Amino acid sequence: MASEKIDVRYVAKLARIALSEDEAERFGEQLGDLLEHVNVLSELETSAVPATAQVVESKNVERADEAGACLDRETVLSMAPQRQGAFFRVPRIIGEP
Amino acid sequence: MNDVIKRSAAEIARGVSAKNVSALEVTEAALARVDEVDDRLGCYLTRLHDLARHYARRVDERVAAGETLPLAGVPVAIKDNMCLLGTRTTAASKILEHWIAPYTATAVQRVLDAGAVPIGKANLDEFAMGSSCENSALGVTRNPFDLKRVPGGSSGGSAAAVASFEAAIGLGSDTGGSIREPGAFCNVVGFKPTYGRVSRYGLIAFASSLDQIGPLTRTVEDAALAYDAMAGHDPMDSTSIDRDVEPAASGLREDLKGVRVGIVKEFITAKLGPEIDALYKRAYEELAGLGAELVEVSLPTADYGLATYYLIAPAECSSNLARFDGVRYGLRVDGADVGQMYEQTRAAGFGPEVKRRILIGTYALSSGYYDAYYVKAQKARTMFAQDFRKAFERCDLIAAPAASSPAFEFDSKSDPYSMYMMDYYTIPMSLAGLPALSVPCGYAGTPALPMGLQLAAPLFEEAKLLSAAHAYERATAYAAKAAPAV
Repeated sequence: MASEKIDVRYVAKLARIALSEDEAERFGEQLGDLLEHVNVLSELETSAVPATAQVVESKNVERADEAGACLDRETVLSMAPQRQGAFFRVPRIIGEP
Repeated sequence: MNDVIKRSAAEIARGVSAKNVSALEVTEAALARVDEVDDRLGCYLTRLHDLARHYARRVDERVAAGETLPLAGVPVAIKDNMCLLGTRTTAASKILEHWIAPYTATAVQRVLDAGAVPIGKANLDEFAMGSSCENSALGVTRNPFDLKRVPGGSSGGSAAAVASFEAAIGLGSDTGGSIREPGAFCNVVGFKPTYGRVSRYGLIAFASSLDQIGPLTRTVEDAALAYDAMAGHDPMDSTSIDRDVEPAASGLREDLKGVRVGIVKEFITAKLGPEIDALYKRAYEELAGLGAELVEVSLPTADYGLATYYLIAPAECSSNLARFDGVRYGLRVDGADVGQMYEQTRAAGFGPEVKRRILIGTYALSSGYYDAYYVKAQKARTMFAQDFRKAFERCDLIAAPAASSPAFEFDSKSDPYSMYMMDYYTIPMSLAGLPALSVPCGYAGTPALPMGLQLAAPLFEEAKLLSAAHAYERATAYAAKAAPAV
């Protein structure tokens, strides 16, 4: 298993969380500690063991492709941080501002 | 305090059904109790006085019309990670502090349909991540037996509300122990059914392959009643199990004759100190005294539970919580561009424990580490399921501690890993998806505080599990030996 120091800033970038200097230092240390604890898993011989995503038997669930009841648009949009008519308003994501 | 709210849910439902007391009277008594003690205890993040009265009147009308309601007039506390239409549902997070649920969770709907009355939305660790409620961003909940101590978590508000007679049933959710541990800390029964037994539709997701809704109650019979109301297939949750549910409340036993109870040899209670060691040994002897045959079973993977859980749960949490991005609902903090908006929103909206777990999970799922961490943990999880299957060839139930100590004082576990250790005995059952519960089994420490015995059963054996817990509770009645301090 990996033992190198975690680049917490890079991980935070992947997770889309801005970190303060203090958080980066603290979380970096704490994540390093935790990874040391979880590294005990390397002791388990698992080469012949299949992975389990979910323990209770399950199968793909399908339903007929028919329109059913859904949430009321106005109710949902009323909770948007910013809206414009029937749309969620977000900062520009394409092209130069 | 009006004594009607000290009754069990079963007694309240019988009284309301027989029209000896109205649902509205019970509700007023519960609301008065909330007004009397909740400023000190902090069980509820949102009190639902008007809605409670509305539901109570409806229950009285339904009873008058001749309907049979198994939870008629029973005051219920709903953990605030479950949706209830039109009420604030926060997950105890700043990112959802002002969010109003646009629909009702299936489990909540089913207890309301059965006649329960919603009293309030109960506090929790933010997004159910924690073992003490100290990770709530919106309030402090205190243990009703000692206000200097935590109620446990993450379903601490629900547990404390039931313990202090602010509700008769608390709805909780359990991912690695979040119903069982607060149940133990607050001297109540905490029951996590088999994964998939109760619909997760309307439960704000933390770790989807582990999350399961269940009740916290003052008696095992009440847990069975709540379970009977909630369990069963729901087309709105694709992981909900489509299989018949054996009713539990009607078949509760008084003895354990013919039941083989497994004691896990790797769970060495002597490590917990002489007092707690003696307490659990006594609990096992009490099971034997009821006719159970004690057998030693082995969980060779026991010591790998925490490591497995603290990879799988954060990995799933990092994925589930990606939806909180400031676009469609919840908090938004503006930034120069959309990327900055995401980063600032999530920086301001999530508390430290949630950020820690998202970061761990993101790391474990990231390129280059996925196989070493996430896949490895999923393989370890297979071993847990196999070990339990093997153990259950030799026994019908497993008995174990529910927590390694009684409730601890606030701010006494500053290192995240020492807090994670609280779940040592509950995580293995969660990884294997098993039904498990905590039932009061005595008191330990100074001052003497409640402890819980954990019982676990094979998948789908809820009825057998509750039945055994009922026999134990009837014979020992530990919960009745202490009263809350408020």
